[in-house]
Amino acid sequence: MPAITLTINNELFSARKEQTILEIAREHGVDIPTLCHFEGLEAMGGCRLCLVELQGSPRPVPACITKAAEGMVVTTHSDKLIEYRKMLVELLLAERTHTCSICVQNNNCELQALAAKLGIDHVRFDYLHQQLPMDASRERFALDHNRCVLCLRCVRVCDAVEGAHTWDVRGRGSTSRVVADLDRPWGSSTSCTDCGKCVQLCPTGALYKKGATVGEMKKERSFLNRILERRRLAAQGRSL
Amino acid sequence: MSKLRLATAWLGGCSGCHMSLLDLGELLVELADRIELVYGPLVDAKQFPEQVDLALIEGAVANLENLELLQQIRRNSRLLVSFGDCAITGNVTSLRNVFKVDDLLTSVYQAGPGSLPRSGEDGDVLPELLPRVLPLHQVVEVDAFIPGCPPDPERILAAITAVLNGEPVMLGEDQRTFG
Ligand code: SF4
Ligand code: SF4
Ligand code: SF4
Ligand code: FES
Repeated sequence: MPAITLTINNELFSARKEQTILEIAREHGVDIPTLCHFEGLEAMGGCRLCLVELQGSPRPVPACITKAAEGMVVTTHSDKLIEYRKMLVELLLAERTHTCSICVQNNNCELQALAAKLGIDHVRFDYLHQQLPMDASRERFALDHNRCVLCLRCVRVCDAVEGAHTWDVRGRGSTSRVVADLDRPWGSSTSCTDCGKCVQLCPTGALYKKGATVGEMKKERSFLNRILERRRLAAQGRSL
Repeated sequence: MSKLRLATAWLGGCSGCHMSLLDLGELLVELADRIELVYGPLVDAKQFPEQVDLALIEGAVANLENLELLQQIRRNSRLLVSFGDCAITGNVTSLRNVFKVDDLLTSVYQAGPGSLPRSGEDGDVLPELLPRVLPLHQVVEVDAFIPGCPPDPERILAAITAVLNGEPVMLGEDQRTFG
C-alpha cells in the first residue's frame, strides 16, 4: 500500500494512504479526544470532538473521517481547538439532563470522564431541563433519552455487526431521538435480537441493563473485540 | 500570620457536602491552626460576617432566601467557591425545573398527602421558590469549583490547601468529575 508523509504537531510521520488522521495520530500516541467514534464501526463525524486544524484549510476538520494526504500539516491541540472541545461537551451536558449522582453509569461514563479530562468543572450554558421519556418496555434493557448524546454507536453496531438494524434516528438537531423499529416501543420491536451490543457500546447511561441502579452499569465490550478489530483492519484493506 | 477566615453555607442541597467536609476528621484539627471558621451550619453566627477570605457554598439557588444570602456572601467574600454538584450544576435540586412552581406545589402538597405550606407573603414559613433552580455561577461570579456529589474530602482538602498557599484552586482530572 502506498505510503505518505505528513506532519502532526510539528513531527513528521509516515502512514499508509487511506488512513484517517485519527488512526495515524493514535498509532503514534497522539491523543485526540473522540466520542461518537468507535474503532471497528464506520466513522460518522458526528460529535466533532476530534476536530483538528489543517494548514491551509479555513476551518477545522474531524480527524475521524478525514483521510491523511501527502504533505498535510496537522495541529491537534491549539488553544482554539481546546476551547471548541470544551464548548462541545458543555453543550452536551446542558442539552439533556446529566445528573451523574443518580445515574446508572456514574463513575463508568465516557462523557463524564471526557468532561473531567477537558477541564470542565462547570457548564457555561443554560441547562435546558428537557423532560424526555424513557423506554423501559424491553425485558432486559432500557433507554433513557435524557442521557443520550446522539453518538449513534447503537444505530451503527446494530446494523453493521448484529445485522438487525433496529435503531434509527427521528427528528433533526436537538430534537433528534434514536427510535426502535421506526418509532415503536423497544419492547414491541421484532427486529431486535436482545444481543445487547448497542447497550455495551453506548458511551453513557442512555442504554443500560435493567436492574442496574446508581453507578452499577459497567459496559462489557470484550465479546466485541475480535469482530470490531477485524472490521477496523478490513476498512484499511488488511486482515487479522 | 493571621488565620484564613472561612465561611460555609448550605443553600438548596442535602448537607452531604458539609458531611464530607466533616469527614476530613483529624485533619480538621490540624487545619484549625491556620483557619478560623466564621460562619456556616457548623457554627453559631447568625449574620454572614464581613471580610471573609474563603466561602464554600453548598447547594443550588432554589428560593429567595438562597438568592439574598448568596448575594451577601459574594459582597463579603474574597473567594467564593461552588462546593459540590448542586452548587455547580443544580444536580438533584434542579430536577424540579421540569415543572412550573405552581404545578410542583400542587402535585406535591395538594394531590399528595398534607397541606400546602404558606409562602410568598409576609410572615410565611417558607421562602418563596424561584421559577427555576440555578447553579451559583448563573447568579454571582464564582472563583472556583469543587465537583462531586458529595466531593471527596481529598478534593476539599486540595482546594483549601491551595487557598492557604495562595495558589489558584485547580483540581486535577481525577478530582473534578461530577457525580
Ligand atoms: S450519562 Fe454520564 S454524564 Fe450523563 S448523567 Fe450519566 S454518568 Fe453523568
Ligand atoms: S440488543 Fe442487539 S439487536 Fe437489539 S437493538 Fe441492541 S444491538 Fe440491535
Ligand atoms: S443511546 Fe447511547 S449509543 Fe445510542 S445514540 Fe444515544 S448515547 Fe449513543
Ligand atoms: S469522534 Fe470524530 S466526530 Fe466524533
